[in-house]
Amino acid sequence: METFLGIDYPTLWYLVIGLLFSGYAILEGFDYGAGAWHLFFRKDLSRRISINAIGPLWDANQVWLIIGGGALFAGFPVMYATMLSAMYIPFMLFLMLLVLRSAAIKFRSAEEMAWWRKTWDIIYFTSNTLIGFLLGVVLGNVVQGFEIGENYSYQGGVFFAFLNPYALMVGFTTLSIFMTQGAIFLLLKTEGRLHARLTFLLRRGMGFFILSFVITSLYTLFYIPGVTDKFKENPVFFVLPLLAFLAVANVPRLVSKKKYAYALVFSSLTMAFLLMLVAFQLYPVLLPSTIDPKYSVDIYNAASSQKSLGIMLSIVVIGAPLLAGYFLFLYKTFHGKVKLDDTSY
Amino acid sequence: METEILARIQFAFTVAFHYIYPPLSIGIGLIMVIMEGLYLKTGNKHYEVLTRFWLKIFALTFGIGVATGIIMEFEFGTNWAVYSRYVGDIFGSALAAEGLFAFGLESAFLGVLIFGWNRVSPRVHFISAIGVFLGSMFSAVWIVVANSWQQTPAGYHIVGEGFNARAEVTDFWAMVFNPSSVDRIIHVWQGAFLAGAFLVLSVHAYYLLKGRYIEISKKAFKIALGVATLVSLSQLISGHSSADGVSENQPAKLAAMEGHYEASSAADLYLLGWVDDDTQEVTGISLPGGLSFLLHQDFEEPVTGLNAFPKEDRPGQVNAVFQFYHIMVSIGIFLIGLTLYASFLWWRGQLFEKKWLLRIFAFAVLLPQIANQVGWFAAEMGRQPWIVYGHLRTSEGFSQEVSSHQILFSLILFLVVYFVLFLLFVYSVNKKIKQGPYKEAENALEII
Repeated sequence: METFLGIDYPTLWYLVIGLLFSGYAILEGFDYGAGAWHLFFRKDLSRRISINAIGPLWDANQVWLIIGGGALFAGFPVMYATMLSAMYIPFMLFLMLLVLRSAAIKFRSAEEMAWWRKTWDIIYFTSNTLIGFLLGVVLGNVVQGFEIGENYSYQGGVFFAFLNPYALMVGFTTLSIFMTQGAIFLLLKTEGRLHARLTFLLRRGMGFFILSFVITSLYTLFYIPGVTDKFKENPVFFVLPLLAFLAVANVPRLVSKKKYAYALVFSSLTMAFLLMLVAFQLYPVLLPSTIDPKYSVDIYNAASSQKSLGIMLSIVVIGAPLLAGYFLFLYKTFHGKVKLDDTSY
Repeated sequence: METEILARIQFAFTVAFHYIYPPLSIGIGLIMVIMEGLYLKTGNKHYEVLTRFWLKIFALTFGIGVATGIIMEFEFGTNWAVYSRYVGDIFGSALAAEGLFAFGLESAFLGVLIFGWNRVSPRVHFISAIGVFLGSMFSAVWIVVANSWQQTPAGYHIVGEGFNARAEVTDFWAMVFNPSSVDRIIHVWQGAFLAGAFLVLSVHAYYLLKGRYIEISKKAFKIALGVATLVSLSQLISGHSSADGVSENQPAKLAAMEGHYEASSAADLYLLGWVDDDTQEVTGISLPGGLSFLLHQDFEEPVTGLNAFPKEDRPGQVNAVFQFYHIMVSIGIFLIGLTLYASFLWWRGQLFEKKWLLRIFAFAVLLPQIANQVGWFAAEMGRQPWIVYGHLRTSEGFSQEVSSHQILFSLILFLVVYFVLFLLFVYSVNKKIKQGPYKEAENALEII
């Protein structure tokens, strides 16, 4: 098997995908999170400001999902196919909610009528909340594993099997960290009374996160078999949960000092550390089979050919700096507080 | 069987709906770049007003294109799991390249393009417009490469057997430039240019008929007419080259397009007709030996017919393929006639004098849209029964573990959501057109 710096190609691709999904969670995390607070703002103007805070950014942030999905398809087609067909209902709901959310952003402020805006506000709030929740539910299912049999075929329940207690808890945790992230982002982009209200809401959000995080962690430790084995073999990785804890503990301190950009960095780090924790715990498995570990999908039996992975790694080497450049340009152009003008939503 | 049919219906519906929007974005994008370029070059305010106006409609089509496109990206995995495992090594890399090179470019610059008027200089704004336009062009490239590889696989070998069989890349560039890629990309790009140009023509023809925004509408109409005339002519060349390629690489598809059954005989070229698959006869108006002539410049030269293939290896819906293909061709010919005639009047300085012609242009916006849709229907139905030509059948490619009830659930959801989305789109575009590029009461621009 070909390697680069002593790391084999499937592992490298696993890292690439981890990076893409972290980027997606961090960037769309504050987009979805901001939307999940939407109905907590009462005035129409506040709601408009909140939508326009993500206005020029959300389309670009969403690209991380598109690239992440493509990268999964390209690098681990078996994982892509098995996960999506097994999680058919949650993914279909997720996709439909993405469409509704895009429509809400575009059409909400296009008309003046109160009923029109109220309807879209509800759609916007609901879709953002459920998207965050469903992403967590899927993650919870992946961590627990599926009923995968021979030939990677899913043999579990079709309609409601994805709604199990553990997955629900991961769903709440994901939603709560998105809401924390979203509130910090909005603090960065707003002024005045809306800003003051957000300071209050952020405290609620963090409380929600810490509560669901603690419950989920305890549940994971006691009910998910073998979850600590990896850490017993490599105790050095206990540093990951510790780092996640330190990062999140740092957020209130920075917010009280009004250093919102740094607070956003630290809540992003929390997310990244938690995802690393999951990634480390699963590696090299991608989808554990609950029927028999020999049917599990891992980065080796799911991977594309060495040749294909090599090609795609070079595509990443060329493309990543370009992408970084575009994002730098975009975020530089739109830094600072939201100012509504005639091009705003 | 039921699952397969539902999966196919759902995919066809979602992709056909999606395909209304990206071609519009690519086409409007091109015209918008020309408009903004003219503004920078001449400093004429009219071009700025036009750019701002078309940008609003562009933003709408682009947004719906992205939203419905994400669904396509994941639908391969949800509904076509076996296919996804089979082609992931090849199809996936094209899709990943698309995300990184095309979507990254267009989405990042889109924010600046739409919301950045007051934040960046006119030059940087123009560069953003070009960035978005190029991004949309690239995005067409990679997905068409992936689809073309399904039609005419190249640069790969098959590894494994039975359920574990899959295609792996052996030569990346041979895969990218497979026999049909270039023809089809050009054909798709040009179809997109026509979709955008005819929307611009339609809206400004409507203004001219109503006597509103006359000065700027004349300018916009001329830009779009220039594009439409050149592109409809070159679409004929690209269409011919495509057909040559199909006859070589997918003879069964070409035979279905013309309803040609006899295994090896001279083939006719139909203007219109009706195919009876049972009697294997076509009723209609045709040029005897016409297809033979087009392909081989000889009316007598035999063309491979459907009967040269076993029944299970050729398209099932011959008449549908025939009809879709002929609708596309007829529209193409009509657009050439229409744009050439209008250009002739332009040359004579009489372009805006004929009301009936403007009326035709006001409605002609639907024609490239229809041609784009039926062209794809012909291409994809003509590829049947294969999902990867000659290797994997459509009936083997769908997700076995997904039940027909699940697909029915998602299909109904798609139908409802897309119906609402379409109404919103039509309503918003219509509203923007009615509002116009600027407030007429101010009337400042007609004076400039």
